[in-house]
Amino acid sequence: MASAETTPRRHGTGAAGLFAAPLALLMRLVDWPMQALQRLIGERRMAYVFILPNLAFFSLFVFLPLVINFVFSVTGGAGLFPSERPYVGAEQYGYLFDCGSYLDPSSCREDHFWRGVANTARFTVFQVTAMVLFSLLTAVVLNMRIRARGFFRAVYFFPVLLSPVVVALTWKWILQRDGLLNAAITSLGGERILFLVDPSWAMFWIVFVSVWAHMGFYTLILLAGLQAIPADLYEAAEMDATPRWRVFWRITLPLLWPNMIVVIVLALIKGVQTFDEVFVLTGGGPGTATVMIVHYIYETAFANQVQNFGLAAAASVVLGVVLFALTLLQLAVSRRKGAA
Amino acid sequence: MQRKHWISAFATTAGLAIGLLATTAFAQTTVRIAWYSDGNEGEVVSDLLKRFEAQNQDIKVVLDQVPYKAITENLPVQLASGQGPDIARVVDLGGVARYALDMRPYLKDASYWEKNFGPFLPWMRPEGDSSAITGFMTQLTVTGPFVNKTLFEQAGIAMPGAKATWEEWGKAVKAVAEKVQVPFPLAMDRSGHRFFSVAVSEGAKVFDAKGEPAVIDDGFKRAAKLVYDWHNDGVMKKELWGSVSGTAYRGANDEFKNAQVVMYQSGSWQISQFDKTVGDAFDWVAVPSPCGPGGCSGMPGGAGLVAIKTTKHPEAVAKVMDYLASEPVLSEFYARSLFVPGHLGIAAKGLDYKNASPQAKAALKVFSDQVAQLSPVAYRLQGYVNNRVIFNAVISRLGQAISGETTLDEAYKRIESDVAQQIAERKK
Repeated sequence: MASAETTPRRHGTGAAGLFAAPLALLMRLVDWPMQALQRLIGERRMAYVFILPNLAFFSLFVFLPLVINFVFSVTGGAGLFPSERPYVGAEQYGYLFDCGSYLDPSSCREDHFWRGVANTARFTVFQVTAMVLFSLLTAVVLNMRIRARGFFRAVYFFPVLLSPVVVALTWKWILQRDGLLNAAITSLGGERILFLVDPSWAMFWIVFVSVWAHMGFYTLILLAGLQAIPADLYEAAEMDATPRWRVFWRITLPLLWPNMIVVIVLALIKGVQTFDEVFVLTGGGPGTATVMIVHYIYETAFANQVQNFGLAAAASVVLGVVLFALTLLQLAVSRRKGAA
Repeated sequence: MQRKHWISAFATTAGLAIGLLATTAFAQTTVRIAWYSDGNEGEVVSDLLKRFEAQNQDIKVVLDQVPYKAITENLPVQLASGQGPDIARVVDLGGVARYALDMRPYLKDASYWEKNFGPFLPWMRPEGDSSAITGFMTQLTVTGPFVNKTLFEQAGIAMPGAKATWEEWGKAVKAVAEKVQVPFPLAMDRSGHRFFSVAVSEGAKVFDAKGEPAVIDDGFKRAAKLVYDWHNDGVMKKELWGSVSGTAYRGANDEFKNAQVVMYQSGSWQISQFDKTVGDAFDWVAVPSPCGPGGCSGMPGGAGLVAIKTTKHPEAVAKVMDYLASEPVLSEFYARSLFVPGHLGIAAKGLDYKNASPQAKAALKVFSDQVAQLSPVAYRLQGYVNNRVIFNAVISRLGQAISGETTLDEAYKRIESDVAQQIAERKK
């Protein structure tokens, strides 16, 4: 035993060994200046040295754009650089909130923004409800001892790997006038339906496609939660001959609730941010029936001849505040989950 | 041995020095062109530029072929940031004009440009400038309808004549579509240009006596009502104008190629594409713009090749532009791309579109003849620096009315306020 403990560890063979030696050399090279730095600033301050590179990237690509966005939101004109843009104070926010009635977008100066708000709210409510229900149902089924369980788990997760543009184009080909679905309907003797021209159908399909594309991710979270529920609880319920629906309501759902909250909040945040799939699938139409807030921001900033960066930036700040509130909610929920 | 080392060291140094000198002597200036294509013009210009490079070995031309959307949405941001290409092929001529380079000091013969591109130069000038030469038209486009003649023949219905009104065409194409069971009697690109060819023919004046935009007048309302009613009567389907929101463009190229459209209101730039893709599947023809109380006008337009003022090599840019705008090169370009020429000398001599089918040649003739029919209002609107503000407001608000979201009266009010707000924002 003693000889084994004192024998110096040998580097591995093969590919691992090939990398181990240079890595060890590199570590030794880094070690000396790091030790010197630690002696200079103290052990506690070393933590800041380690987070500094990440913080620099974060500041450059997240904080700085946030600040620039805010600066744009209090300026006007069509110039690109802040120095070319006159300061207008809260004028852009004033334009956004200039409404006769917030429940009637047509009474607002920026009616498309409020149509976007209403559509995003409607979409989020339907999408989150459907997402949670179908993810839960799928997770429960995939947690059972069914045949080809691994295969089905992969199948349900597969759409998550697809690009949103691919998802939207695929469904567009299915739903358009001469698409797959209409071909099936007409071959069965039915009437062709213009799914993407009717406002109600268009909203239904963007919710459906969104649920189809992202359900796998949420199913995975719920499946992990289901697998963490102790099996002895189910065994005890079985010994008491508790009906299955009661087991679900009294054991599964309460113990899965923390995961459900995470799923609800994440789906809520993603729902509010929705843009790419809807933009490709419906282009915000028919009319403005599926215009989302992010679509409005894109259109205002880039698609018009006068690119109104100020107004778009103000709308982005409003959206940012909503997302920040949702993120705080998620953090609070996560903390409660951790405490439990 | 020692001596050998010295010799080889000397030889290496000398070799490196000569190499360095040679590199300096043959240093190339790179000129970048941002180019989008409707048809085969990207291939044609690429060929022509290879010849230019062979004749001018000190200039390398990089042709960045980009999507149309990159030209309309990304390029303005690039130009505003000073990071754009040296030359760009653009359609929003008025919008890009403030970034354009006045090439006069660098051109071989500015009078050649004034003589041959004169009427189109103001379209590419910054506001208030009346003399700059910033580019030339790679194509002059005229909006107008294409008709699937075979469908008319199959339906046994005669095509309306040259001076037929929009209403007469609407009735005729609906009758044909019903008889031969095709889904789209009339399709019109979801575009301001296409709408205004109807509006100008219906008598829209667009500007007031002071030259300020006054978009909503009786002529405009007549055209808007016509398009709106066509959607409700089934002459037009909501898939183009009613199915998307905002300023999104939608065309019916695929539907026309698949013989699902009787009449397609688009423009001369489609000829090359239809010539290639429709082939002999059916007979298609371009017909003169239908008429209304304001005449039988289409909308002029097109794509201009514009020099950008942030270029570091204005002499090289002017050399490339002089070459591309020269009569023999431009003749070849127009002829091979099947474009209506935007060069007065070439237009006067007439072009021989050697590679075009008889159908394409006939269509080119119809569109070329249409140039004489264009209303002064149409020219004025095309030359107006904020024309896309008007076009975008019209597409967006008319689209909402067509989809049933608002009334036409609400759309009119919104068009006026959208145009006023955007122009005010630009003036800040």
